[in-house]
Amino acid sequence: MAFEFELISPIEVAKDVALAVQEYTLLSAQSLANFFRRPLYMGDMLQQADLIGVGSLPIVVLTGLSVGALLALNSASTLQQFGGITLIGRLVSIGMVTELGPLITGLMVAGRNASGMASELGSMIVTEQIDAMRALGTDPTKKLITPRVGATAFMLFFLTIIADLLGLIGGYAVAHLLFGVDTQQYWTTVWQILVFRDVFTGLIKPVLFGFIISTVGCYYGMSTRGGTQGVGRSTTQAVVASSVLILVVDFFVTKLIFAIFGYR
Amino acid sequence: MATPTLPSENATASVVSPSGYAVEFDNVSIAFDEHVVLDGISFRLQHGETKALFGVAGSGKSTLLKLAMGLMRPDSGRIYALGEEVTRMSEQELFELRRRVGIVFQESALFDSLKVYENVGFRLTEEGVSADEIERRVREVLRFVELEKTYDMRPSELSGGMRRRVAIARAIITKPEVLLYDSPTGGLDPVTSNTIVELIMKQRDVYKTSALMVTHRLQDAFTMATHEFDTATNQMVVLPKGQQCTVPMSFLILRDAKVIFDGDAHQLATSRDDYIREYIS
Repeated sequence: MAFEFELISPIEVAKDVALAVQEYTLLSAQSLANFFRRPLYMGDMLQQADLIGVGSLPIVVLTGLSVGALLALNSASTLQQFGGITLIGRLVSIGMVTELGPLITGLMVAGRNASGMASELGSMIVTEQIDAMRALGTDPTKKLITPRVGATAFMLFFLTIIADLLGLIGGYAVAHLLFGVDTQQYWTTVWQILVFRDVFTGLIKPVLFGFIISTVGCYYGMSTRGGTQGVGRSTTQAVVASSVLILVVDFFVTKLIFAIFGYR
Repeated sequence: MATPTLPSENATASVVSPSGYAVEFDNVSIAFDEHVVLDGISFRLQHGETKALFGVAGSGKSTLLKLAMGLMRPDSGRIYALGEEVTRMSEQELFELRRRVGIVFQESALFDSLKVYENVGFRLTEEGVSADEIERRVREVLRFVELEKTYDMRPSELSGGMRRRVAIARAIITKPEVLLYDSPTGGLDPVTSNTIVELIMKQRDVYKTSALMVTHRLQDAFTMATHEFDTATNQMVVLPKGQQCTVPMSFLILRDAKVIFDGDAHQLATSRDDYIREYIS
């Protein structure tokens, strides 16, 4: 059996990538501009906030607790070697609030909601519901995309705070129950180590991640082609692209904040 | 098959523009990648006229309807709808124009997350009409398509024919000046198809709405050309032999991305073109 491979010109690939970036940028800009144009579709935004925020709560609670506990568990043995087990609260606090809380929450919500948005909007594309909406005189970017962008950025902010808190509780459970760290000492170190820039870093990231998750999910949904198979492809691509973008943006935001506020 | 009573409002849907045509295509071409779908298409739809569009699958009929509504942009040529040049309008300007044009999609394209009354009243909700007024008009138009019982149902609970009728109700609720039907009877059984054709005829004869109707079923178009809607008996009746419908009815056939026929039923029946004769036989 002979296999045939179609060679694709690198120039065509580059053109496709450039076009995709251009379309994504335009969609993202339009989704933001719509916040300043009526109507705002507050009802749709609240509905999305419920779906994204409340719907993601169980998974965020579980991952927050687990990551906090694991962080404490893995660092405890090293700290014990240097007799610094009492510093475990500091380590969990910095790790959760500045990095792991926003990152894990972002990745979890990306897996759950970027795929949901891509598949929902993709299905609407292939069944001509988006065309029907345009034909009925309604702008789909206003009605469908902007509420998702607003709701995801808003809810991810609060989900991250919940994940941070639960991570600290998970870390406390391990530190106290397994390593005998005093309750007051743990929470005092957790509180004292945090400064403005840590909290700022930890709370600016989820807003950016929320924007990435929703715009990437909506972009892949709205650019779906090729029936139900296309919907599946868009869903997968949305999760992969949003997760990778979150990791990349996380690195650069952290670097930028270090550049602005200086290293600790 | 009899259709239900007419809505109470006066038949004032067809507001004729002071000049021009309801829809006009002027040398319109569009291609997808290397495949030319429409090549130099020109035709005119008069105010109040119904034009049936034929062509084999993939001949660009649905594309033509989407172009007429500005849902797609042609590669070249000009398109006018209700006196405005669709091809030069921005998406925002098109949203305004589309409020005056109704469309029934091939697979109905009902919003599956919304109930029937929300689907039908979607445009009114967007326009900020009061809830009481929306309910009144939705019920009225659902009565028109004989589906008032589906008011609170979801599209997934409806049969294909019912979905198509709900889509018609959604398209006509604001009494548009032009209606575009994309294979409204496609995939339906003959009885349901007749119901749909009767509804389209009713809309044509009562409201004098201009319409472009894509169809695969020649008999549907011939039924529309040889029947008219009788408001007294509330059903369609056959026109006496030799008498033409009071509302202009014409046919347009696409082949190999071009228009090969544009004329009335008599011209179609007497055409000497081999392809057309084979098509209508």
